[in-house]
Amino acid sequence: MLKDITLGQYFPGNTVAHRLDPRTKILLVLFYIVALFCAQGVVTYTLLALCLAICVRISHVGIRQLVRGLKPVLFIMIFTGVLNLFFTPGGRNLVEWGVIRISEQGLHNAVFMVLRIMLLIMGTFLMTYTTSPISLTDGLERLLNWMKRFHVPVHELAMMMSIALRFIPTLIEETDKIMSAQKARGADFESGSLIQKAKALIPILVPLFISAFRRADELATAMECRCYHGGEGRTRLHVLRYEGRDITALCLGGAIMVGVIVMSRFGL
Amino acid sequence: MEPILQIKHLTHTYGVGTPFQRSAVEDMSFEVREGEFLGIMGHTGSGKSTLIQHLNGLLKPTSGQVLLAGKDIWAEPKKIREVRFRVGLVFQYPEYQLFEETVYKDIAFGPANMGRTGAELDRCVREAARLVGIRDEQLDKSPFELSGGQKRRVALAGVLAMEPDVLVLDEPTAGLDPAGRENLMANIRDYHRNKQKTIVLVSHSMDEIAQNADRILVLKGAHILMSGTPAEVFARGEELLSAGLDVPEVTRIAMALRDRGLPIDPAVYTVEALERQLLALRKGGAAC
Ligand SMILES: Nc1ncnc2c1ncn2[C@@H]1O[C@H](COP(=O)(O)OP(=O)(O)OP(=O)(O)O)[C@@H](O)[C@H]1O
Ligand SMILES: [Mg+2]
Repeated sequence: MLKDITLGQYFPGNTVAHRLDPRTKILLVLFYIVALFCAQGVVTYTLLALCLAICVRISHVGIRQLVRGLKPVLFIMIFTGVLNLFFTPGGRNLVEWGVIRISEQGLHNAVFMVLRIMLLIMGTFLMTYTTSPISLTDGLERLLNWMKRFHVPVHELAMMMSIALRFIPTLIEETDKIMSAQKARGADFESGSLIQKAKALIPILVPLFISAFRRADELATAMECRCYHGGEGRTRLHVLRYEGRDITALCLGGAIMVGVIVMSRFGL
Repeated sequence: MEPILQIKHLTHTYGVGTPFQRSAVEDMSFEVREGEFLGIMGHTGSGKSTLIQHLNGLLKPTSGQVLLAGKDIWAEPKKIREVRFRVGLVFQYPEYQLFEETVYKDIAFGPANMGRTGAELDRCVREAARLVGIRDEQLDKSPFELSGGQKRRVALAGVLAMEPDVLVLDEPTAGLDPAGRENLMANIRDYHRNKQKTIVLVSHSMDEIAQNADRILVLKGAHILMSGTPAEVFARGEELLSAGLDVPEVTRIAMALRDRGLPIDPAVYTVEALERQLLALRKGGAAC
């Protein structure tokens, strides 16, 4: 059950989508988000959905995984949809039933809002599915390098992020294991009142925290043993370099973004 | 006698529908008889841990059945906790599951979940602690002050205190020093002998299995490669070695001697048996 959390999970592969420079992918996702928020009508949405579909196709990521990623935000999606559906005035009223009223504008907003969230999440997940956490943070660090001039600790932040990402699956696995061990001793996490359920978490949280601190300690020692002293003067094993495909992808992505913005000016 | 556990065509597949899909257990069938000591061995990743987590219903079979005393344990999913009380499972590195303030409370977690209270609870806890050699004054200590080996004992006691009919142990001696290993195995042996309870032991140590098990199950790549008495299994020593597994020290010596032309039965796995054979050979006046 915990394994269903796919946040930040990487599915290795060797497609163009996998081989693109992580910076390219981050920028493309940014373009995509900007375009999504500018998009207004059927044409632009269709275009953006189509782009995503093509990228999914290229990346060989199963559509099922992508849809599964939507599960955690299902509630937000439903909430947004319902809110927009019932509380947007404007246009003809399609349904009138006591206090419940669905306007034309409301239906329009609800559908497009939900679509927007879906495309947003799937687009972002496509990036994390095709980019390993290490190269993702690597790319992020390089992209934000200019902020160092303003004394933003970019390297440290990137390092923290990659450590966090690295340990998410480990901690999930560990939680699973501890839960199983306590279940074997008859722990019950499902039934009981809310207070009982909260209490049932103690046998999981205590061992989990202890092991997390132990891991942190060991990692710190291991890093120190290898003379880690921050980003100053640190060189890289894999130097990121833009290739032809990156430039092509960026140009294409940029053109689509500009296209969508222009089209949405005309209300398409 | 009816087998206490029957495993029928058990298959377990991890990550169904993802690129990581793989079967860790495939179509395994075997039984565990009441009161026996069953050893399970197999290469790393052969599916041992996955298999034994089905015995107490922690994992649900992708297909196949697990019968406890003739009843499918998943017949009534609501009652799966009862199964967990009857089949006690001690995980690999169980010391990481300790969480209570005192050793006593931690051992009492299982039996308290069973609904035991008062004098009966106290009896279970103290008896389990005694079985694994935890002294009375240690019961009031924090489990986190103990050494690794002692923590392992506390965790084992936590399962023993539920007094399960079947005790399943996943590599209980991994990471302990030789004395600690021997000690812990002696505790488990005593428990088996004195209480007549069924034991399923997963281990990488051939010697441990050879010395204790009545029957052995050998896994390889999610399947059962062999099953039988230690004599039957270790008689196929070459096969074990080619499966990437070890054989007990003694069996290896016997195999080496036979390769040099001595007429030795390779099915020996205890020092005594080998000694007997060698003495018999000498008396027979063979070239030795
Ligand atoms: N929670 C899980 N999710 C996905 N795959 C798993 C999971 N647990 C185990 N596996 C896979 O199933 C296979 C069998 O694992 P299992 O832990 O049962 O092996 P094992 O025989 O106990 O090995 P070891 O001797 O190392 O403990 C392995 O290939 C492993 O990668
Ligand atoms: Mg294992």
